[in-house]
Amino acid sequence: MTTATVKRLTDIGPPNYEDFLPPVIKKNYGKWKYHEILRPGVMVHVAHSGDKLFTVRAGSPRLLGIPRIRKFAELADKYCGGYLRFTSRNNVEFLLTDEGNIAPLIKDLAALGHAVGGIGNAISNIVHTQGWVHCHSAATDASGVVKCVMDELHPYFAERKLPGKLRIALACCLNMCGAVHCSDIAILGIHRRPPRVQRGLNKMCEVPNVIASCPTAAIRPAQVDGEPSVEIDENNCMYCANCFSVCPALPLADPLNDGLSIWVGGKVSNARSEPTFSKLAIPFLPNNPPRWPEVTGAVKNIVEVWAANARRFERMGEFIARIGWPKFFELTGIEFTKQHIDDYRYAGLTYKRSAQLRQG
Amino acid sequence: MAESGGNGKTPMLDELEKGPWPSFVTQIKEAGELKESCKQLLQLLERSYHEKMGHWKHGGIVGVLGYGGGVIGRYNDLQSEFPKIAHFHTLRVNMPSGWFYTSDALRTICDIWERHGSGLTNMHGSTGDMILLGTTTDELEPTFKELTEAGFDLGGSGSDLRTPSCCVGPARCEWACFDTLHITNDLTHHFQDELHRPAFPYKFKIKSAGCPNDCVASIARADMSIIGTWRDEIQIDQAEVKAAEQGGLDIQKDVCARCPTKCMEWDGKTLTIDDANCVKCMHCINAMPKALAPGKDRGAMILLGAKAPIVQGALLSSVLVPFVKLEPPYTELKALLERIWEFWGEHGKNRERVGELIQRVGLGNFLEAIEIEPLPQMIAHPRENPYVFYEEYFEAGDEEEEEASK
Repeated sequence: MTTATVKRLTDIGPPNYEDFLPPVIKKNYGKWKYHEILRPGVMVHVAHSGDKLFTVRAGSPRLLGIPRIRKFAELADKYCGGYLRFTSRNNVEFLLTDEGNIAPLIKDLAALGHAVGGIGNAISNIVHTQGWVHCHSAATDASGVVKCVMDELHPYFAERKLPGKLRIALACCLNMCGAVHCSDIAILGIHRRPPRVQRGLNKMCEVPNVIASCPTAAIRPAQVDGEPSVEIDENNCMYCANCFSVCPALPLADPLNDGLSIWVGGKVSNARSEPTFSKLAIPFLPNNPPRWPEVTGAVKNIVEVWAANARRFERMGEFIARIGWPKFFELTGIEFTKQHIDDYRYAGLTYKRSAQLRQG
Repeated sequence: MAESGGNGKTPMLDELEKGPWPSFVTQIKEAGELKESCKQLLQLLERSYHEKMGHWKHGGIVGVLGYGGGVIGRYNDLQSEFPKIAHFHTLRVNMPSGWFYTSDALRTICDIWERHGSGLTNMHGSTGDMILLGTTTDELEPTFKELTEAGFDLGGSGSDLRTPSCCVGPARCEWACFDTLHITNDLTHHFQDELHRPAFPYKFKIKSAGCPNDCVASIARADMSIIGTWRDEIQIDQAEVKAAEQGGLDIQKDVCARCPTKCMEWDGKTLTIDDANCVKCMHCINAMPKALAPGKDRGAMILLGAKAPIVQGALLSSVLVPFVKLEPPYTELKALLERIWEFWGEHGKNRERVGELIQRVGLGNFLEAIEIEPLPQMIAHPRENPYVFYEEYFEAGDEEEEEASK
């Protein structure tokens, strides 16, 4: 009998990033002087030493099969000494030192179906969530809507012709795994029907936890068919689905009522104006797979209104702050409704509390 | 073999292989050449497209031995029709800081995932982990074994420290005011237990952005946002300012007039900056990367409390430490994190993020508990309401009262 001597490894943490940095980065780490955008999706960083690092940024669907990742690895071997990285917006970046490799790399990427772009005053990739591909709480698909919107906005990714940066994000429910709430344009999947209490709830979930999970206290204990369960005060339910996260016996998903909403004017960067949340532009658009024409049309319209009217460097929120919300609704042709007016906590802070209005 | 779950056709999803943007459907199909599970995933997704509804259930408790996080259990609700993806769990694999890879490292991950899973990934998930999308319960431990032997470990999930993440930092950015990659790697290794064994009231995220442009959205997405900044003067190359003007930039209109504190002046020859009034927003530096650079006395500010809407509403992080020099081994920062987690662990309710706890108990009380002095930098403005709490009041005859009235 042999004795197992191999120790089971745990808590080793991630590999050290230093092992994955190309030599030009190791040499010039923290010693970069400036950068320039050479063409859409291509930039050069110049070090104090004079060394140059070229970055080629390619769009990606985020959902990648291993055959495609191996293709990326091949391209990195062919052009970049095997070095590449991914961005916080799910693009893939190839890190080159030989400027002559840029054009052939872009050609190979195009042959694979990956456009290069998303740098500077452009629309970068859409940060998004799992959707129907792999999530239990999705009110819409994520990858599908993103694909359709990016097909429509592709020229703004691959060619620079916008006043400023525009960041779009999509979350398929209010959990917002993509934290879309500070985006120039946010696409948010929403439920619109209160949870339906399933039989046997008390066998799956702890009733006190379920009651405590509701931010509006709309869940009350109740006897259902002689079993301890809960009832929903439907007038107070705002479809946040926190109860469903705590208890699977309270599903909200409903094809007749699920859909999407559009939010605008948020940002995380501190440049010029402070970081801010996105605000509601369109309360509801239907789920209309496979191409979601209502959503792509709405997003494209908002992008084009901003692109045509914003001043240089103005992000969506800064543009709207300058022209005012009434003008935003007028220019976009979006109907203003009761749903646009906040009625949650501190809603009064969002009312117009001054006489400063553009008239006529 | 009888075709289970669907007829093999995917007319709706096929529509999503058209158009210029790379298609996730093509990715699932390519992985389907290797794995039957991906073929069934595509059929299930086609069904969702027809029904306008998802078919995934809540995860049960699945994971690897000794860890409480890192694996998201996933089961479909049509198991007899889609048996190959009856369980289809996700592994979150902690990415290297800054998402840097070598081609060999990527191939290693691909090989492991071809042996043990669906061959589908997200590069990357929203928190930053590599997402290995879909495997069965009995493959979890073998996958984990091969991952750790290759130098990779799992990320966080559930009520624990989530995988810290950061921007590209000093590796490729002249604006990095601290070493975002080093601190992210250091904190991740230091807090392995907090990452792998959920013991918090809810999740806790740490994101490090090298400058106020915040390319990792830390102020919106991290419970602790570490954002680089500087204390001295913006570095100016006057010749390059002139060159930027000649390149088509209207220095007065596009730079000076867009400064939030109007602390810049341009007379056509010289750019002057009143650095005492500069709020380090980055706009002028963004507009002229060759002409301007952050100062040399660089460090970071620490902000606390951002989160998405669930449960009590979305929050942005707010200032906790206006400026700190962040140098290894980051002892003070780690001690601060421990104090925050101790107070939160004791007073936080189930599924209450630290930002929500601060809203509930008040920032003043929270600061006292974690032993940080209140500062005017922490607020947009002082309170407007007169409902001010005091812990004690004086009674006639108190010595303190007599002292106070003198």
